[in-house]
Amino acid sequence: MILLAFILQTLRIAVPYLLAAAGGVMSERVGIIALGLEGLMLSGAFGAALGSYYGNSPWAGLLGALVAGGLITSLLAVSTIRFRANQVVVGVAINLIVAASTRYFLRLVFDSSSNSPRVPGFGGEGIGNAMFASFLNPVVWIGLAALPALGWVLYRTPFGLRVRAVGEKPEAAATLGVAVNPMRLKGLYIAGALASLGGAYLALDQHQFTDGMTAGRGFIALAAVIFGRWEPVRVGVACLLFAGAETLQIQLQGAQLVPSQFVEMIPYVLTIVALAGVVGRSVAPAALGKTD
Amino acid sequence: MSTTALKSTRVWEAVLPAVVALGLAAVLGDLLILSFGESPAAVWTLLVKGTWGNAYGIGQVLYKATTLTCTGLAFAMAGRAGLFNVGAEGQLAAGGFGAAVMGLLLPSALPAVLAIPLCVVSAMMVGAAVGALPGALRAKFGASEVIVTIMLNFIVLALLNWIVSAKLHLPETLRTPDIAAGNVPRLADTFAMFRGSAANFTLLFAVAAAVAGWWYLFRTRSGYELRAVGLQPEAAEYGGVKVPRVLFVSMAISGALAGLGGVNFVLGYKGYYEEGFAGGAGFLGIAVALVGRNHPFGILAAALLFATLSQGGLAVNAVVPKQLTDILTAAVILSVATAVPEVQQQIRAAAASVTASLARKSTQGVGA
Amino acid sequence: MTSAPAIRMAGVVKTFGAVVANRDASLEVQRGEIHALVGENGAGKSTLMRVLAGLYAPDGGVIEVNGRDVTGWKTTEAITAGVGMVHQHFMLVPTLTVAENVVLGTEPTKGLTIDLHRAVMEVESLCKKCGLHVDPRAKIADLSVGEAQRVEILKALYRGAKVLILDEPTAVLSPPEVQELWGVLRTLRADGGTVVLITHKLDEVIAVSDNITVMRAGATVSRFPTQGITPREIARAMVGRDVNLHLDAMGAVREGSAHSHESSGGVSAPALRITNLRVLSDRGTVAVNDLSFDIRPGEIVGIAGVEGNGQTELLEAIAGLRAVRGGHIQLGPHDFTALSVRERADRGLSHIPEDRHRRGLVLDYSIADNLILGRQHHFASRGGLDLDRIAANATEQVKRFDIRPPIADLPARALSGGNQQKIVIAREMGREFSVLLAAQPTRGVDVGAIEFIHEQLRAARDAGKGILLVSADLPEVLALSDRIAVMYGGRFVTVLPAAECTAELLGPYMTGAAA
Repeated sequence: MILLAFILQTLRIAVPYLLAAAGGVMSERVGIIALGLEGLMLSGAFGAALGSYYGNSPWAGLLGALVAGGLITSLLAVSTIRFRANQVVVGVAINLIVAASTRYFLRLVFDSSSNSPRVPGFGGEGIGNAMFASFLNPVVWIGLAALPALGWVLYRTPFGLRVRAVGEKPEAAATLGVAVNPMRLKGLYIAGALASLGGAYLALDQHQFTDGMTAGRGFIALAAVIFGRWEPVRVGVACLLFAGAETLQIQLQGAQLVPSQFVEMIPYVLTIVALAGVVGRSVAPAALGKTD
Repeated sequence: MSTTALKSTRVWEAVLPAVVALGLAAVLGDLLILSFGESPAAVWTLLVKGTWGNAYGIGQVLYKATTLTCTGLAFAMAGRAGLFNVGAEGQLAAGGFGAAVMGLLLPSALPAVLAIPLCVVSAMMVGAAVGALPGALRAKFGASEVIVTIMLNFIVLALLNWIVSAKLHLPETLRTPDIAAGNVPRLADTFAMFRGSAANFTLLFAVAAAVAGWWYLFRTRSGYELRAVGLQPEAAEYGGVKVPRVLFVSMAISGALAGLGGVNFVLGYKGYYEEGFAGGAGFLGIAVALVGRNHPFGILAAALLFATLSQGGLAVNAVVPKQLTDILTAAVILSVATAVPEVQQQIRAAAASVTASLARKSTQGVGA
Repeated sequence: MTSAPAIRMAGVVKTFGAVVANRDASLEVQRGEIHALVGENGAGKSTLMRVLAGLYAPDGGVIEVNGRDVTGWKTTEAITAGVGMVHQHFMLVPTLTVAENVVLGTEPTKGLTIDLHRAVMEVESLCKKCGLHVDPRAKIADLSVGEAQRVEILKALYRGAKVLILDEPTAVLSPPEVQELWGVLRTLRADGGTVVLITHKLDEVIAVSDNITVMRAGATVSRFPTQGITPREIARAMVGRDVNLHLDAMGAVREGSAHSHESSGGVSAPALRITNLRVLSDRGTVAVNDLSFDIRPGEIVGIAGVEGNGQTELLEAIAGLRAVRGGHIQLGPHDFTALSVRERADRGLSHIPEDRHRRGLVLDYSIADNLILGRQHHFASRGGLDLDRIAANATEQVKRFDIRPPIADLPARALSGGNQQKIVIAREMGREFSVLLAAQPTRGVDVGAIEFIHEQLRAARDAGKGILLVSADLPEVLALSDRIAVMYGGRFVTVLPAAECTAELLGPYMTGAAA
């Protein structure tokens, strides 16, 4: 029973990671560095709160999340694809813009500096069935399906083949008539949608938007992408691993076995280890970061 | 385009994007102010009054600019070598912590002229260590320093959180005890008009670092080699430069500069280390370096600009949320980043055709 | 009724900024013909064909394919119309398989997914039909260069190319692969297809083409049927004046003065001595295989050979840019084998790298700063860089080597290819050295600068320097060298005095036919 509870909690914690990491894989496979995942998630969270508040329904919240994510993705796309700005800088800037904007609009719309009012979520009220209530949440299902679906798309469909070509050697794709920039654009919007849904999950689950609520999850998702070597199934495993460590730490909180800060560090340390090639080298898509 | 203009294309390439970006930011600022129902002119005036219009404001601007100069220089130094140090936030915090620890260890009787340099060195060395790790991984394994520095930020901050909360904090707080030795005097101690502001003489260290950085980059052989590595590493290698070593060293220097920024708060302002004192200055350093075009003197100017925006936000907070200036800051980063490739392309195209015609002019029977 | 030619291009103009790549180019090719498009480096052949393939839109002129006006069309339209181009630099995705690369963009599908099985089958049957052999399931990264080129050809044929354009295809092929390629082209021709072969190798032209179009300086200058033509006539059209292929086909004709008077009794110590050198390529294969040779002071040793036989790795190893797995390198009295790049330069080694943009220059540095690259430690002291000396050095070199425009503060990026190369030459030859490594010293350089560079090389030789010249341009090697070594498979298969060498004599060595 404890094991079941552990697994279920891990899955719940994993959902935002799975969604954002799926977005990260999509983005980086098509050649765009996914440093802005944190900002995309946060924008999705705010959009979900906004949507759910005004539409009085979590579905409106999802729509709001996609719209917000779409707007931020557009900003990202124009800067990196049309203007060929440096993708690392753009990623950092996006994160800052979203952090500042959400605070700004929080004040403007909800007249608060910390959180929105309570908004409808996907149900599961009442402690008793909280564990299983998750499975009434459509976003959980999307989250669990995201990476496997992405894997199927990448390796089985023409679209996926072209994505991989564009992320490795865009010139090759171009000489065969594959329109490179439109591909990048499509990949980015898919990535943005996924990441913003990850943020939406957070907001709807907690029934409100809180300033800075993503708390670095976007970076953990990026860590999972790298640790999982940009392959959807491995990335999924990485997400579950990170979520599992987090669950463990929560459940063992009283036991004081390992200080919580060290458990926090696990995803980051593992990523650095993966990059140093200690357990096999993580090699990025060859055209990652280049848009000229 | 005249010959003088041709020679200075690199200057144009550097300056134009910043100018364009600031223009865009100003427009965006106006729009945001209007969305809150206020008058742009009034808000901008209030902002200027609250920053450069009074001694306290100037002091605060100088204080903030000091930290930003350090983190900006940090990003720039790595940037000139072709590296992206996104870890200034962690290096800054670690440096501040290093200064605090040294300050706690030194006897309070030690004269400032010894204590301060020791604490400053401690800050820079800790910062350098945090910067050196990504440098080493990049040099040895080709590991992306972008990712490693980001990851390290979280690791360092978590580690510092643990050390302080487990071992070193004053009860009910997240700060260390007051430092015994090594406090840097406030500006107010010498210039009474700055009373109440956090501005302190770390300012001098920051300016000195900028000058030293400029001299190092543009007047020394190491700097020549470092810049070559950033511009064309294979040519640098051909030119006898040991590229991995340069990558490592530049990350260490970068970390040290960020660590220096920690001195501003820990030794100059509060006299102790406090969790979260960095407050985003590490990431803002990226903006400063970008607008300052990775040039130490540009960074000084950009640091003043962003410090003004930050302080200005507080000054207008009653009228417009201070996040306005945060948004503007981020918008400036984005605009500069997008302007750079465009400007570069236009200038280079123009320069190339002019140079070609100049070359044709002096024909001696050997045509082009 | 005569059917329209497969290709008709007339009066084509194409400029890139200040550079006029095509100024009055034309081409006419009938269906069922293998047509050679020849010219020197920079004549505009590649550009013209890229216009045809839809990669560039022309600034002027008319292009017709099978009678239809297609001027300014895009790659996708060209591909649909059956015009395919095989580029010099392969456009293949290394991490994908052969089949995936071939079908990319026109994937066979089964519902929503790619029908990989069918893709593999289709590639296999295409291979059989044309006489090419390649494993459809292999990853591109694992293929040899020759195999990779076959994939490029398959890509074009898969899309039903009836017009196939090949840009310098044999530069990277071994002799049996070249023969296989000719077989494929002839099969295509027999099938009613049309082939345009861009090349500057006259033996190829004679071997496989039906007709020849010659381009020079961006314009078409001659057209002949291959039957009955001699290489000399082709060369004359390429260069614009009578040319003795045995000497200098590239610039002025030099009689007699080309080669130094034979080894003047030299029992002088070698300037450069290589002993049993063994060097690996990037892929881990053996690139330089137990090589030994000497260069005497006052001699130019030219290495002739198809690119990819170890020349690049050899020069990099001597310069210190690549590790040596066995053997020794000695310059004068110094054993170089363990020394760094800088230490070698300080002991008298100069190096003109084969890729000036990658290795030879920091394009964003000024001319003056580039002129001290590799020697910056000589222009600095405790107190930093000696700006005055750097400026003085620049003024002197710019004047001596006629670098234009003569403004030392200009970023190197702004200069023409020839002038950029002059910076490299000025830096490497304008100082004290005893041995010079010159890799492709006149690649991508305009004619006037070529002559200048050749003069510099000869002058250095006359002044007693030892020069190792590597050039893919056989006429250049023939014109400059005192001794010629042919490199094949990482070894020197022969070393002969230049006076005895001709293109015909060396050909078999270069292609590995003579051992």
